[in-house]
Amino acid sequence: MTLLQLDNLHTYYGNIHALKGISITVEQGEIVTLIGANGAGKSTTLKTISGLLYPRQGKVYLEGKDLTKYRAHEIVKMGVIHVPEGRRVFSRLTVMENLEMGAFTRKDKDGIQKDLRRVFELFPRLEERRNQVAGTLSGGEQQMLAMGRALMSQPRILLLDEPSMGLAPVLVDLIFDTIRELNEQGMTILLVEQNALLALDIAHRGYVLETGRIVLEGDAKALKENPQVKEAYLGGS
Amino acid sequence: MDKEIKFSWQDIIKYGVIGGIVALYVVLIGMVVTFKERYIIAETVNLGQIALFSPTFILAYFAANNARKLKSLIYAIVVGALVGAIVGVFVAALLVLASHVNMREVFLNVSPELLKILHFGQESLKGASLVIVGLNLIVGLVGGLFALAPRRWSNALLVGAALVTLMGILQELMSITFGTKDWYKPLGEFIYAKKGLSWGGTILFFVLGMLFSLWRSSPGLHPGARVAKLPPKQQQGVRIVSFLLGLAILVWLPKFLGSYPSEILTTVGIYVIMGLGLNIVVGFAGLLDLGYVAFFAIGAYTVGILTTTGKLATVGWNFWMALPVAIFLATMAGVILGIPVLKMRGDYLAIVTLGFGEIIRILVLSDWLKPYIGGAQGILQIPKPEILGYEFKGPQQIYYLVLIGILLVGYIAWRLRDARVGRAWKAMREDEDVAEAMGIHLVSTKLMAFATGAAFAGLSGAIFAAKLGSIFPHSFNLIVSINVLSLIIVGGIGSLPGVVVGALILVGLPELLREFADYRMLFYGALLVAMMLVKPEGFVPEKTHARELREQPLEPEVAPEAPAREAL
Repeated sequence: MTLLQLDNLHTYYGNIHALKGISITVEQGEIVTLIGANGAGKSTTLKTISGLLYPRQGKVYLEGKDLTKYRAHEIVKMGVIHVPEGRRVFSRLTVMENLEMGAFTRKDKDGIQKDLRRVFELFPRLEERRNQVAGTLSGGEQQMLAMGRALMSQPRILLLDEPSMGLAPVLVDLIFDTIRELNEQGMTILLVEQNALLALDIAHRGYVLETGRIVLEGDAKALKENPQVKEAYLGGS
Repeated sequence: MDKEIKFSWQDIIKYGVIGGIVALYVVLIGMVVTFKERYIIAETVNLGQIALFSPTFILAYFAANNARKLKSLIYAIVVGALVGAIVGVFVAALLVLASHVNMREVFLNVSPELLKILHFGQESLKGASLVIVGLNLIVGLVGGLFALAPRRWSNALLVGAALVTLMGILQELMSITFGTKDWYKPLGEFIYAKKGLSWGGTILFFVLGMLFSLWRSSPGLHPGARVAKLPPKQQQGVRIVSFLLGLAILVWLPKFLGSYPSEILTTVGIYVIMGLGLNIVVGFAGLLDLGYVAFFAIGAYTVGILTTTGKLATVGWNFWMALPVAIFLATMAGVILGIPVLKMRGDYLAIVTLGFGEIIRILVLSDWLKPYIGGAQGILQIPKPEILGYEFKGPQQIYYLVLIGILLVGYIAWRLRDARVGRAWKAMREDEDVAEAMGIHLVSTKLMAFATGAAFAGLSGAIFAAKLGSIFPHSFNLIVSINVLSLIIVGGIGSLPGVVVGALILVGLPELLREFADYRMLFYGALLVAMMLVKPEGFVPEKTHARELREQPLEPEVAPEAPAREAL
């Protein structure tokens, strides 16, 4: 079943044509990755989906419902949760307060408690540091917190923007293991990554973006073997 | 990390020279002469002397600040005394110079009277110089010893001394309060001598101040900590009792204080209401608003226009009918200002709101609106509020109106802070983009902050108009916005009790010190600078802001950070 569908999206920053007709589908339970160089439009695509940017043309459908008619806060309530790039945690609030902010749109106290336990199971480090101020966490812990906070808002699909950025290799592996684990629990994930190799390793399907256009798409394994992709994104062969 | 602490001549000379320059400054602006009659303690210590020797004390304290770490008595004594002596040399040099050269053409305050005071009763110039250096040396030595004393005790001594000074300065006001009333008249006579505090009063306030400070700082006795140990039911009880007790004192206060101090309290209260409003905008929601006075003006002018019986009389409503209209119009103005600035952040927002404040001020002054709101002549004859035959006629009555306003507005602010919208404000303050990604509706959240803040200012303005009975454009200057912002910062941004403390310090103190005319703003400026250096998070900090300003040890990284590309 198709959960998220992008249909010929065109997004502009002022006069700059950033997305030039992006069409993507994400099936329920999939990990789909968008790879591409800096400035290819990966983050712009995520921001357009989550309503932080408005497309000038084209539609975004969540199970057939047109998201471009809704505002960012309403899209969050529908279960499309964006984890922005660069580990944007509320750095002066504690880990707990950050997680509580994640549940901002919810009123079901029992459900929130249940999800909190789930987040702590996924990221035991966060439970150890629950009363620590988020700004003093290490980079990897902040990324965990950003993801944990997203999970607190009952996502149906997670939009992850560069979760590996600026992290040590050990931590990148840890984060990607968690992404896979989340997916095995049934979470649908749209993953934006510069680290194409890692992304294609855990994704089911992938799209390659270049200057606002999709130049390649297909099965993640096939993309990984694609000579063009190897040449451009996997550091040659 | 830790610098090696050692005895450093350079530091001593540095602190000594700074102290000397400050002491000269104090002398040359004429404080020593002006305040020679202002006795703090029974014809013994006057304010001029305190002003002269405080720089010595403070600089010696800072210079010897390492003594606590070193635990070295000699270090404290030597450093303190040396710094004191250097300061003394500066002052003595001025005395010598002024005795030989006529400095009055440049420095008006170097009068024969000053020279007489600086002689400290000595006949010869030599003797006087020695006494000056000696006295400064002793004061510096005491400052050095202070740096050695455990922080708790040195704080307690300082609080005691500060309380004595404050009560001494306030003698005139307090004598009126004590002198006119029945049963506390003997108390007043005990505390105050003819000029300044009596020795009994000095000891009383010193001990009171010390005990208070020690009580606050004692871990076993600290009221908050002890209450926290009680079972929840009793905690609730303690809170209710202390609230009622505080309320009773507040209700009784104007009767005790008399007219003038009540007037000051009313002014402070009007600023507290405004501060609580701006605290929502700046402290809770993180939107820097410099045009806040506009809403205060709208509240005041609405009440003025609707109730005046003077020549601008319109409908001639009473205060209670005009009040909701004033609050409503201020709220609307808040929303109207809010809409164009929705996309702006930080500095840009500050500039636009600044402009908005000026627009309102200029409109109020304009000839165009003069037939309706009086232009520079303002609105006169605004009747006092009345309820069930009780007229809020003087400051002692208006006080209650303000008190009710503060309780109401404080309660609303407190509830909003912990409500959903309060959490939304907090998230928005910390990071707008992430807040939006969390599902927070930025537009309504921002407008709610602007509207609530404006409503409080409108209420404050309405009471202000009723209090004065007449309003003029010059009461709605930019300086009001700046004052309200400063009081929030001094109290502790985002903190509700902080607003009250900030208003008492920044609005109440200058009013009390009115007799000191020009020096008042000097104290005020020095206080602001000292405050931002010593306690940047404010007197009663809110915990999130305190975290930012107090250094937090960084947790060690799990693994060294490296760019992700290296993983390949």
